[in-house]
Parts: sequence; C-alpha cells; structure tokens
Amino acid sequence: MAFVQQSSPHAHRARPTSRVMMWVMIAALPGLLAQTLFFGWGNLINVVFCIAVAIGSEAALLALRKKPVGFFIRDNTAAVTGLLLGLSLPQFTPWWVSAVAVISAIVVAKQLYGGLGSNPFNPAMVGYALVLVSFPVAMTTNWAEPATLWGGAPGFGDTLAAIASGQQTAVDGWTMATPLDEYKHKIATHTASEVLVHPTFGDGVARGWEWVNAGFLAGGLLLIGLRIISWHIPVGFLAGLAVMSLAFGSNADLYAPLSLHMLAGGTMLGAFFIATDPVSAATSHQGKLIYGAGIGILIYLIRTWGNYPDAVAFSVLLMNFAVPFIDHYTPPRTYGHHKARRGVPGSQG
Amino acid sequence: MTQLWDFSGGIHPAEHKEISTARPIRAAGLPERLVLPLQQHIGEPTEALVAVGDRVLKGQKIADVPSGTGVPVHAPTSGVIESIADLPVPHPSGMTDRCLVLKPDGEDRWQSRQPIPDYRSLDRDQVLQVIRDAGIAGMGGAGFPTNIKLRPPRDRKVGTLILNGAECEPYITADDMTMREKADRVVAGLKIMAWILRPERCVIGIEDNKPEAIAALRQAIEGTQTEIAVIPTKYPSGGEKQLIQILTGMEVPSGGIPADIGVMCQNIGTAVAVANAVLDGSPLISRVVTITGDAVRQPGNFEALIGTPIEYLLEQAEVDQSAVSRLVLGGPMMGYTLTTEAVPVVKTTNCVIAATAEELPAPPPEQPCIRCGQCAEACPMELLPQQLFWHAKATEFEKAEHLNLFDCIECGACSYVCPSSIPLVQYYRFAKGEIRIQRAEQIKADRARERFEARQARLEREQQEKELRRKERAQAAAEAQAKKAAEAEKAAESSEAGDERAAKAALVEQALARKKAKAEAARPEEPAQAPAEEAPDIEALEKQLTQARAKLETMQGMLDEAKAQQADNVDKLERAVAKNHDRVQRAEAALSEAKQSQAGQQAESQTTQ
Repeated sequence: MAFVQQSSPHAHRARPTSRVMMWVMIAALPGLLAQTLFFGWGNLINVVFCIAVAIGSEAALLALRKKPVGFFIRDNTAAVTGLLLGLSLPQFTPWWVSAVAVISAIVVAKQLYGGLGSNPFNPAMVGYALVLVSFPVAMTTNWAEPATLWGGAPGFGDTLAAIASGQQTAVDGWTMATPLDEYKHKIATHTASEVLVHPTFGDGVARGWEWVNAGFLAGGLLLIGLRIISWHIPVGFLAGLAVMSLAFGSNADLYAPLSLHMLAGGTMLGAFFIATDPVSAATSHQGKLIYGAGIGILIYLIRTWGNYPDAVAFSVLLMNFAVPFIDHYTPPRTYGHHKARRGVPGSQG
Repeated sequence: MTQLWDFSGGIHPAEHKEISTARPIRAAGLPERLVLPLQQHIGEPTEALVAVGDRVLKGQKIADVPSGTGVPVHAPTSGVIESIADLPVPHPSGMTDRCLVLKPDGEDRWQSRQPIPDYRSLDRDQVLQVIRDAGIAGMGGAGFPTNIKLRPPRDRKVGTLILNGAECEPYITADDMTMREKADRVVAGLKIMAWILRPERCVIGIEDNKPEAIAALRQAIEGTQTEIAVIPTKYPSGGEKQLIQILTGMEVPSGGIPADIGVMCQNIGTAVAVANAVLDGSPLISRVVTITGDAVRQPGNFEALIGTPIEYLLEQAEVDQSAVSRLVLGGPMMGYTLTTEAVPVVKTTNCVIAATAEELPAPPPEQPCIRCGQCAEACPMELLPQQLFWHAKATEFEKAEHLNLFDCIECGACSYVCPSSIPLVQYYRFAKGEIRIQRAEQIKADRARERFEARQARLEREQQEKELRRKERAQAAAEAQAKKAAEAEKAAESSEAGDERAAKAALVEQALARKKAKAEAARPEEPAQAPAEEAPDIEALEKQLTQARAKLETMQGMLDEAKAQQADNVDKLERAVAKNHDRVQRAEAALSEAKQSQAGQQAESQTTQ
C-alpha cells in the first residue's frame, strides 16, 4: 500500500486566511452598528455596495489574469477591502465615487501589483486617497449630520436614493462638517469654547463619532484577543498621535485637543483595522511599533498643519513607502546571536 | 523550586499522548528476522566483523568502525547471519543502505557479560570506553556517539548536565513511559554521566503534562542532588536549545554547541542505555518505541530489539492496514513519512505513527503569504520565517543566510500556524540544501582553480628551467666555439708561413671570380638560370618530405580507425591517403633529384677544379 509522502510538519492548525478575514469583518460590526445608529443608513449602504463592487472587480481581474477565481474570492480579502472603504467613505458619497475608490483599490493597488500578498500599498487607502484628491467636493460635503436613526436621520429609502442619484452633493440639511474639519477651520479665528458650540460636537467629545470610535476600539480589542492582529501597530499608532498631541497641542485654543484626535474621525478604524493590514505593514514587533508610531505622528502633522482634516489614508500610504526600510533595520535578534543583523546583505548597516 | 525562563514563540498542538500511555511497555518479542543497518549513528559507517553463515551470540559485537567516529553494532539476539545486503533503512529519502540480516535461533543466548557495579573505581576513560563498546549513540534522534559527547574539549567544562525528559512532540511517549517504569535506571544512567562529567548542577527537565513520570522520578532521585524541573508544556520545549534556555536562561551561541556555555543535554533513553552498559554489561540492543495513531487498535510502547522491522511492531499493535494513510517515523512536527513499513527499528527510532486520513489530513492548497507574521510569533528561534520564505522562493539565498536561515531548527511551528498553509519548512530545507550544494561546488571550483593555477605555475617554471638550460647550453656552445676559433687562429698563425702557396691560390681564385663576374655582367640577357639550378634547396625539400610523411601516417591511422569502426567516411579517407601518398612520392622524387643534381654539380666543380 502506498503511504502519503509529505514533508514535516504533519499537523496543522486550521485558521485559514478566509477565517481570519471573516473575523476582521465580524470585529468591524460594532463600529458599523454605531455608524448606522448615529449617522443613518449611509455607511451600511456603502459597505454593501463596496463589498459587491470589490468582489466583482476582483473576480474580473482574476479571470483576466487566468487565476482560479473561486479559490481567491473565497479568501475574503476583497470583501474586507470593500468593507473598509464602505466604513471610511462619507455617508452620502455618490455611488460612482465609491465605485471608483473600490475599483482602483482592487484593480490598481492590489491585482496589478500581483494580487493578494504582493501589494506594497494598502489597497483601501489607495482607493480612498485617489477619490479624496480627485473628487474633493464629493468627499468633503457628504458627511452626514449626527442624527440617530430614531431621532431625525434620513430614512433608508431617502439615503439610498441620494447615493444612487449620483449628485456630487447631497441634500444640504442632511450633511454637516465633521468635528475635525470644523475645529481645524474655526480655531484660527475663534476660541475653543466658541468652536465647540457647533452641533457637530454635541455634549461629549464629538457627537456620534465617539461611539463609532468606541465601536472600532472594541472590535480591535477583539482582534487582538483572538491574536489575529498584534497590539504593536495600534499601540504605536495611538501613542504616536497622543504624544504629538500632548507635545504640540496642549493649548485647545490653538489646536484640536487630544480627545478630539482620539475619538473624532477615523482614528480607531485606522489604528485597528487599516494600519494593521499585514500585507503592507512592517513585520517585526519593533518594526510594527515604528510603523504605527509613524502613522500616528503623520496623522497629527497633516491634521494640524496640512490641508486635510483627517489624514489616515495619506499617513498609512506614506508609511507603506517606509515599510521595506523599516523591515531591513528592525529584524529581531535571533536566538544564539549577540545582536540583530540589520540592513541588507553586503551593506554596512 | 527551580528557576525557569521562557523561550520566545512556541505553539500548543494537540498532544494525542493519551493514545499510547494507557498500556505499560510491552516486550515486542522476536521477529523472524532482524535487519541491522551498519550505520545507525553520526560518523563513519561500521564494517561487518562477521560473515554470512556465522553464528552469533546475543550482545556479540558484529560490526565496528575501523577508525574514526562511530560506535559498534551488536547482535540483539543469538542466531545466524543470513545475509549482508542493501535494504531500506529509516531515512526521509526512503533509501537503502548496507544491513546485516540476522535470523534468530530462538535461544536468545547471551555472550558473557561484565557488569561493573563499582564503576567509580575505574578511570573515567575506561568507563567511556565501556559506553563506546556498548554501541551507545544519542537516542533522541541525532545519534551522535555518546562517549564522544561525554568527553567535551578540556576548555569546555560542563557545569550543568540536563536530562531531557520534555518530550514535547505530540504522540510520542517513549521517554514518558521509560521514566514512569524505569525511573531508577534513568537516574542510575544520569549518575554515571554525572560522575564522568562532574557538573555543578544536574537537572531533569520534564513538561508538566507527565505527572506520573514526574512522581516516579521524584522518588528515584531521593537522596541525590539532582533537580527535577517541571516546565510548562509548549512545543518545542524539548528542543535542545529551547530546553537549555528554559532551564538556564542562557542561549547556545549560533553555530556552537551547548558545551560552549557549559551545558550538556542527554536523552532519557541514552541514560538507560548507559546504565545497562555499565551496570549490566549489556550493549545497546533494544529500545522503547511508541507505536501509535488511529490506525492501530492496540497502541502503546514496545521494548523492541534493534533491527525489528516496523511492520512487525505494527502487527503487534494490531494495525488496520486499510486505514493507514500516512506512516510517520518520529513525531507529527518533525518526523518524516515512510515509503515502506519494511524498515527496521534503529538506535534513534522513537515513534511510529500509523495515521488515518482524518487524523493527519493533507493540508489545504497553498495560498499567497499575507505577511501576517503568525510564523514569526511562533518561531522559537526568533527568526523571520516569512522573509526567509520570500528569499527561499526567490532563490535569494544570500539574503536568506543574512536572516540566519541556518539557525532554523526545522521545528515546524511556523508551518503549523500559517493561515495560508504554506509548507514553510520545506522551503527552508530547499534553501539550505541549495546553499550546501553551492558551497560544495564553490569548494570544488576553488580546488579546481588552485589545481589549474598550480599547473600553470609548474608549466611556467618548467619553461623557465628549459630556457635556462637552453641558455646555458648556448653559452657553453659559444664558449666552446670561441675556444675552437681561438685554437684555429692560433693554428693559423703558427702555419701562416707554410701556407703562402695556398694564399696565392686563393688570390688567383679571387681574380678568376672577379673576371667571371665581369663576364656575367657583360651578358645580362641570360641571368637567373644559373643560381636557380645552383641552389636546389635540399633542406626545404627534406622538410617537405617529412611533413608529407607525417601527414600520410596520421591519415593512414585515421583510415585504419575508420575501417575498424566501419565509419562512412572510409572512401574519403582512402582518397586522402592516396593523395598524401602521391605527395610523399613526389617529395621523395624531388629530393632525390635535387640530391643528384647537387652531387652532379659537386662532381662538376671538382672536375673543373
């Protein structure tokens, strides 16, 4: 009788990539729930639409590249890219802007670089940055007013119609500047207390946003608990942002306070779900801390002195550039060696 | 309480140890034939000391290493050497190797043994010799001769002697059951080794999933200074480097051996073998083997004679032949699959898993690496498995080496956790193999270059010597000539007066020549004829002839060869030979003609004179 011939190890633990990605999607649900409860149906519709477009474009490109379509679609990575874009885009983003973001993410940033595992840049953030630069009006005027589902948010049908209409800007009364945007532009000419009366801030830190961020934080902690992500990138990310904010922005009359940086905007989504994309992130523990901290620092720099009120996408992409460099200089010290071998072979590093 | 350290990474695979610990160790009995590979250790292969047909006694040395590193092989029972042949041996490649085949006579008759209960009265070197003569090589898997290991270099004093009872691989329980049932023997062996090495500390490391073994050993060490360190169950805590880290907090330097940091690890089975060898005078002729897996109905541990075919042990464990999908020798993490159950138990065989397809299913197809880093989290050597994988796959071996590829212990933890089910260890084996080949080729190329350079140098030297000799000869010749000339001059001087007549004749001749030249100059119509006839270049013709002859000879040779081989260019060659033959004849004719004409001229000139 012929026995199976196989190289060791013969035992494996079954948590395939598809299940890892499924857990990422499950962990994003609290945040998505908060988005829906506090900002209406927009994000949910975006998420569903973006996932559908992501899977569709992934399948098309896989077919063009003559790869097994079913095998790669089942890894759920395209769905996660769609999900992340759906969670990040403004609630009333016209459908074609979302479609452009998703298609450029999957087609350009992922498949043209060789598909899963070969992309140097975070696909979702490539798509996001592309539409943010290309369609600034659609990307800045479509943030929903913080209005709970039970207290004044536009209905599902109205929201769907607004997205499907393809208009660059949605109904005026439904949208509102984001807290980070409002603070950034008003603080130059007003005091903190004057700025904070705007309804976008509400009674807490940032109406609705604080819950959304809490939701993503909870999901992120779940992922760390399941050892799907390590704590290094989120901790580096949040620490970098916090240190910068405490070092430069302790005066709330000049710069946004730490609480706003943490709980308004895409901070938690970025820290736990976006920056932790393993393919485009640094690999060693030390490298992950540096990578995360770099993103946190860049976010603060761009938010405070740059042109954009939120800056997760640009910061992540800029640090993606730095990943090979970080990886070369942060290998762990191997057992039995006095120190780590940094740099590339043949270099003095 | 012993202080413990942790090692980086590690995994917690399902243990499956309960399958084979339910029954006590059973004696496997006598199979019909014992197959004894001549090489069961690291080092030189042994050579048979017996011939086919020889009767041997149990414990008789039947093969030994003539010189160099190695330990002998003994007859596990009494019987007849039936054959010496190439048979399948336990090896990942499924290769065959030289084996002695022993047919037991069933009498199991021992040769005389010499127990040494008071080994302390002997020299340490004498005890080491006893251990060597008992054929003991590390029974944990590597098979390094124990007597050599027990004698580290003088400057490497062993301060800590560790007995490795971790047995971290799933399924395997051979050491566990040995510790449970032969705790006294284990400790006795440890004592002998401690007496040889004189360490400051003696410690037995056991994973906390073996409470029975721990209890048995606790009893056995009572009254000694040996420590028992109960360590947390985590694979690969039984890896030598990891166990040393757990028990001492020190790391074995890369490329070094534990003795470099004053530590030595010994295996449980080896300790028992040492005790048997010294206290009973029994060589290593049997060992405990775990036969387990879902495809055997009576799994458990067997005290099996070395050379027992695995097939026989599987039968003893009531294997369900139809259910076996994979036969693993060793554990599921680092063992290798067998192609046939005909291979024998050797000194390093600790476990055979007869696994069903459900038990060890084929891994799902490989997916792309997503750089998730789970492998790096699991790596006990703190390597970057995913970077090593990229470099191995891209055959960028220099980069893989830079990331310490050769520190990989191939424990399989990275492959075990990989969500993309990439066979990482296989990539590392590939890269290591390629690098080893490259190194070997480099060495070969270097040697070839050195040889070539040496040859060039020799040729040059010879050329120079030749040149030198030539010059010397030339100088000698010149000197001789000069001497001759001087003599001639002398002679001429002395005979000048008597030669006046000759001088006159010469003057006359000169005058005649002048007159002749004038006459020739006067009739320029018929010029060059005379010189052409005058100088038929005999030397050139001779040269031509020898050349033509040589050519003819080679042609003839080629023709003969072609004829012998019945090649199809025979005609052509025949024509060429004929042509060359003509050429030679012509050259001969020309030469003889030239010679004749010269002779004629000479004769003429003589007559005219």
